[in-house]
Amino acid sequence: MSGIIMPQPDSTILARAAQIVAALREVLPEDTVISDGNETRAYECDALTAYRCPPLAVVLPRSTAEVAAAMRICSEMGVPVVPRGAGTSLAGGALPTADCVVIGTARLRDVLEIDTDNRFMRVQTGVTNLSVSEVLAPHGFFYAPDPSSQLACTIAGNIAMNSGGAHCLKYGVTTNNLMGATVVLTSGEIVEFGGSQAGAAGLDLLGLLCGSEGQLGIVTEAVLRILPRPEGARPVLIGFDSAEVAGECVARIIRSGVLPVAIEYMDEPCLRAVENFAKAGYPDCPAVLIVEVEGSPDEIAVQIAHIREIADALNPVEFRESRNADDALAIWKGRKSAFGAMGRLGDYICLDGTVPVGQLPHTLRRIGELSKEHGLEVANVFHAGDGNMHPLILFNANEPGQLERAEAFGADILRLCVEVGGCLTGEHGVGIEKRDLMTAQYDPDDLAIQMEVKDVFDPAWLLNPAKVFPLDSSARYRQRAAE
Amino acid sequence: MITIIDQLAPTDEAELSELLTAASEDRQPLRILGGGTRTETKHIAGTPLDVSAISGIVTYEPGEMTLIARAGTPLPEIEAMLEAEGQSLAFEPPDLRGVLGGRGIPTIGGAIAANASGPRRIRTGACRDHLLGLRFVDGQGRILRNGGRVMKNVTGLDLSRLLCGSHGTLGILTEVAIKTLPHAQARATLGFHGTDELRALGIFSKALATPYEVSGAAFLDGTAWLRIEGLPPQVEYRQQRLLEMFGAHDIQTLDGAGTRELWRGLRDVTHFAGDLPLWRILVKPTDAPAATARLRDLGGRVSLDWGGGLIWYCGPGEASSLRQIAPHATLVRRGGVPGPAFPPEAAAITRLSQELRRRFDPAGILNPGLMDS
Ligand SMILES: Cc1cc2nc3c(=O)[nH]c(=O)nc-3n(C[C@H](O)[C@H](O)[C@H](O)COP(=O)(O)OP(=O)(O)OC[C@H]3O[C@@H](n4cnc5c(N)ncnc54)[C@H](O)[C@@H]3O)c2cc1C
Ligand SMILES: Cc1cc2nc3c(=O)[nH]c(=O)nc-3n(C[C@H](O)[C@H](O)[C@H](O)COP(=O)(O)OP(=O)(O)OC[C@H]3O[C@@H](n4cnc5c(N)ncnc54)[C@H](O)[C@@H]3O)c2cc1C
Repeated sequence: MSGIIMPQPDSTILARAAQIVAALREVLPEDTVISDGNETRAYECDALTAYRCPPLAVVLPRSTAEVAAAMRICSEMGVPVVPRGAGTSLAGGALPTADCVVIGTARLRDVLEIDTDNRFMRVQTGVTNLSVSEVLAPHGFFYAPDPSSQLACTIAGNIAMNSGGAHCLKYGVTTNNLMGATVVLTSGEIVEFGGSQAGAAGLDLLGLLCGSEGQLGIVTEAVLRILPRPEGARPVLIGFDSAEVAGECVARIIRSGVLPVAIEYMDEPCLRAVENFAKAGYPDCPAVLIVEVEGSPDEIAVQIAHIREIADALNPVEFRESRNADDALAIWKGRKSAFGAMGRLGDYICLDGTVPVGQLPHTLRRIGELSKEHGLEVANVFHAGDGNMHPLILFNANEPGQLERAEAFGADILRLCVEVGGCLTGEHGVGIEKRDLMTAQYDPDDLAIQMEVKDVFDPAWLLNPAKVFPLDSSARYRQRAAE
Repeated sequence: MITIIDQLAPTDEAELSELLTAASEDRQPLRILGGGTRTETKHIAGTPLDVSAISGIVTYEPGEMTLIARAGTPLPEIEAMLEAEGQSLAFEPPDLRGVLGGRGIPTIGGAIAANASGPRRIRTGACRDHLLGLRFVDGQGRILRNGGRVMKNVTGLDLSRLLCGSHGTLGILTEVAIKTLPHAQARATLGFHGTDELRALGIFSKALATPYEVSGAAFLDGTAWLRIEGLPPQVEYRQQRLLEMFGAHDIQTLDGAGTRELWRGLRDVTHFAGDLPLWRILVKPTDAPAATARLRDLGGRVSLDWGGGLIWYCGPGEASSLRQIAPHATLVRRGGVPGPAFPPEAAAITRLSQELRRRFDPAGILNPGLMDS
């Protein structure tokens, strides 16, 4: 077991496990409550697999009313609740505790309304991100946030983590594409934040909810902003012989007024792994950018000409255009297989710190130095246009002490991100993984006001316990709640 | 101990913090003024607190599209600085001086406190979508920070968005980080004359379902307007395609200069200058034609923005009848109308909002009652 500590389960709750399950069964349909140890094991972790703990029970409701019923029982009986989508969180956001009930959205999968005249859709939040775009495709529309995990991850998890994707440089992250949410509060009350109109006049509770990592309520339905699909899209690949110059190219593109949909960056260790794994035919150089633009064929040509002009001034090793769909796929192939390729090299931790774009070269250099100090390899593949880095620290989980070393290295990188004016996490969330680093980014008062807000929504501190806020910082609130 | 005089005007964050600490101990209500370009706060009982002196650019990095400014910085100053670098505030904050009859100069803090968003909202989002982070002082004088200066940030709870649009009732902004946007290099407008709201909505829904990135869709006095922006060849192409698509209509086109002028007026709602009550009403766009027909029955005039999602209503209609037609109606210019400016909300939302205010401002001194409904 490694560095991150979870609180001891509450023995008085464990002692009441049978009563709690019985109370849930009383208000919910037969097959909704899972308490068999063999079955609850499937929910013991998310994608941060180093941390595992089967919950007391799992509830998989089919409606908002059932979620509310389950929540009400848990509140009345003082049982912690961990909301769960598909469990792809990389931050341990959906990690259960032994004394908790997991409330999962797996069966809340209906698309409720598609309204292209008003450019929104309403879904139950257990739908996967990819299926949302699939049902929109025949209408000529799409939903913009596209995490690489989109095949599996749910809209619920996306809202809770304020997830992003390759396209967010142009279209923003979840919060910029969310119009409304149906939320079950800890009291079991059902409320609507926002709606199918643009914005609301009062406090922006929807904005507060998005990215709140299951700390404030359980989201069961969402109104999503949908966009007409672009006429076409085309990537270019640009190779550079130094990270600095690649970073400079990113800044110049951003400044120029062309707004690419995506600017992705890969460094040498990543390129090597990708080459061995996917044979993408990338140039052999220290840094590669993939820049994608959208529009009609003519519009694409104009934008690519702009980008070429910018890149040429920086003497690229290669500037590769795609002439057709196959070329485009070939350019994306390596990037899309990057995580899989890295996975073949061994275990890795994927970080998610964000830095100002101008600080990219410096940050990359420092990460290289830290890699030597910690004696662990690191590869970088990330969304460069918005400075959202994804350093992958490679280690061997079977070798004692390596996970701890990797975690220490990761913590150093994240502190570096904060130091240069960035933040701990750009899209994966804090969860348990970055919980204890929150004090590196926020002063005690800055954290206190966030916990005050949590306290308003969840006065008993039952929702998603021991996440986001350092345990020391939250102790005062949790004690007050327990009294 | 600070003695409360008739007008407070701190010049930096530390001074503001001291002042708020004292005011909260004394339970001294405050009426917060940025540029003071709106009149609603006049109705609040409280000592005027002018925060416009907490002003100045902190950093501006055009290559990163980030601007950090103190909250009292005048919007025109910011706009001129961005303009010089070929950038602008993507959310087009309206300048409502002409409409609200205020005399000051609007500030960036005031714009963010009101989540002030112009016509481009349908394309690039609202003011709150361009906010990266902020510093503020809460009702107890605590100096607080949330978010940062990078585009993507999910570290902790998003209080920046909560503060945006909170009209000073949760805290006083002292510094804001916002995302800027390169100017469109070209722009054009299509005008469809002789339409009514119903036809306008048809045009909007059709145009906004195209990939031509329509960045303005407004209706005023029988004309529906569409704006397109982008690189010069893009704008030419998009204009051509839209003209073909709406072939049956008699369509007027405006060039870049004409486009700028038209949309500035629409943004600032200059057509509704005067003294009558002015309402800002949010609806589902396709509900707009029926709603505007009923609003007109109350007397007065209407215009549309955001593809129909925003109705401006200028007329004598009473709050209760208005909110029966469209519940999300905010009174932006009183014109003698009594009662709350903000629309009523569901009981649970009101309870959460009040409880949040109590945490940020336990003594209830920040613009007390302003957002009550
Ligand atoms: C290979 C891989 C690639 C990834 N790529 C990206 C990427 O490109 N961009 C990105 O942003 N993320 C990425 N992620 C991270 C992850 O997929 C996202 O955080 C995703 O949004 C999680 O969704 P989920 O349904 O799996 O949620 P879960 O992992 O089940 O839960 C995530 C969080 O949401 C909370 N939650 C779940 N349901 C609810 C609910 N109904 N109400 C309230 N809170 C709830 C949970 O408590 C938890 O804190 C990646 C992950 C993997 C494994
Ligand atoms: C009820 C009402 C609703 C409005 N809604 C909108 C809207 O949705 N969109 C829009 O474009 N315009 C709206 N306006 C107009 C809007 O207030 C002005 O466009 C803009 O805020 C003026 O900026 P200013 O600097 O002059 O601010 P002021 O007129 O001085 O103040 C604007 C508001 O923000 C507060 N405030 C000012 N500075 C700060 C600060 N530093 N920290 C915290 N709070 C501060 C004030 O107390 C006041 O409530 C509204 C006006 C009213 C009366």
